[in-house]
Amino acid sequence: MTMTMIKVDHLAVSYGHGDSILRVVNDVSFEVARGETFGLVGESGCGKSTVLGALAGRNRQWTGSIRIDDETIGQKRSISQLAKQQMVFQDPFGSIHPRHTIGRTLLEPLEIHGKDNRQERVEKALKDVGLPLNFRYRFPHQLSGGQRQRVAIARALILEPRILLLDEPTSALDVSIQAEILNLLKDLRDREKLTYILVSHDLAVVAHLCDRVAIMQNGGFVEVATKAQLLADTVAHPYTRVLMDGSRGYVASQRPVGVTAP
Amino acid sequence: MLKPPENILTVQNMSVEFPTLSGVVTAVRNVSFSVGREKVGIIGESGSGKSTVGRAIMRLQPPQAVVKADRLQFEDINLLTVPEEQMLSVRGRRISMILQDPKYSLNPVMTVGEQIAETVILHERVSRKEARQRTLAMLERVNIRDPQRVFGLYPHEVSGGMGQRIMISMMLIASPSLIIADEPTSALDVTVRQQVLSILDDLVTERNLGLIFISHDLNLVRSFCDRVIIMYAGRVVETIATADLDDAQHPYTRGLLNALPSLDHPRDRLEVLRRDPAWLEN
Repeated sequence: MTMTMIKVDHLAVSYGHGDSILRVVNDVSFEVARGETFGLVGESGCGKSTVLGALAGRNRQWTGSIRIDDETIGQKRSISQLAKQQMVFQDPFGSIHPRHTIGRTLLEPLEIHGKDNRQERVEKALKDVGLPLNFRYRFPHQLSGGQRQRVAIARALILEPRILLLDEPTSALDVSIQAEILNLLKDLRDREKLTYILVSHDLAVVAHLCDRVAIMQNGGFVEVATKAQLLADTVAHPYTRVLMDGSRGYVASQRPVGVTAP
Repeated sequence: MLKPPENILTVQNMSVEFPTLSGVVTAVRNVSFSVGREKVGIIGESGSGKSTVGRAIMRLQPPQAVVKADRLQFEDINLLTVPEEQMLSVRGRRISMILQDPKYSLNPVMTVGEQIAETVILHERVSRKEARQRTLAMLERVNIRDPQRVFGLYPHEVSGGMGQRIMISMMLIASPSLIIADEPTSALDVTVRQQVLSILDDLVTERNLGLIFISHDLNLVRSFCDRVIIMYAGRVVETIATADLDDAQHPYTRGLLNALPSLDHPRDRLEVLRRDPAWLEN
């Protein structure tokens, strides 16, 4: 067993066929160690979610090589390979079936993957994310946004994955709820020894959770920065700095003379 | 500024109630504030009533809603008693509103130029030709490089950032004295957000307007606005100058500040907001 959990070499991902083929990710290479949290940051359309989709097995139209947990991954995966990484999506209002109870939502992955002790596993997953056990009888509309995101995390954890792929897990939530979910993700990572890949557009969120961050633009990496570099403000690429300023708020531009900038 | 600070808008003890089958829901309770020629932020979490405040000022609340206030004065107009016909000449001309997502707030079957020109034609009864000239000048003012081409585009043909600049030009073309911006940049990327905000900032300064900036993003309001009103569960818990935000007194404001992950003040665990039922009294 090596220290590397995910190794991606020269990954390129595209959508469409024939003349309308669109290459969204271009020649991306990175490694993520076991227990590490790797961030992907960039603006909409830069390909960050597409990288995640290829790693999760949602998009099979990729070239290059992906190794997960010392196994080379092909375009088609076995069911145990698929269980190894699970996704958490951005919008907890859209990613959970509105007419299924939470219990049924959590049972579904267990049925697909043919796991036993289903009731115990559902209870453990709810306990892991800090939800009361009787929530399994509730419907999503009876839950708040933060509680739903906890359900989405429980659904990802129920297959005991080694990797969680987090696609903007807190951007639909209020700041106070975001803090709860980020703390929960931190606790789970330390307790279950999970490896995370976190996609976000907010560098402050990424710097809070991640050890290293790749900054993406137009389907490629412009820079891979460490957390220390972000916090000490010693990043190399100007685009990274633009994103850092963005997470701090509004920066007044050159104003007309006579008006003082705050 | 040269003029002494005067209030454009005064709100005293405003409440907005929605009667429902299971009783009256009070979305906004006893809110008082005033806006001069400045940028005022309203901060709050979802459901805190911040958008309802904006809509009540514009008189755009749904018909069943009940707005009560001791005073709701916009310049020389009493917004509580003014008849709807007169409101038509206020809305869009003297108070205008910028909404979150231009994709949903622009008319999809009209070119953007026609939509902007419509505002001037409606409110100032100018000729189509003059309206077109004014529209092109306004588009140029919001840093759109090729106004002639953009004039003939449909909303689905423009990007999010350009759409929001079109919204801003539409709201400012009639020279209002108060703008209510309801989450104007939440749907935009950071670099685009920066451009849109600096255009809005310049226009507000240049035309000496009042701006109500409704947002959930504390960092953004703090760096953009002069004052901030913090709302919680339909109430104003604190009004404070953004420069003094670090000395905020109310535990809710402090909780919000501490819950934010920050590049400048990293911490191992984020503080989780403890909601105190006592905040709901008064």
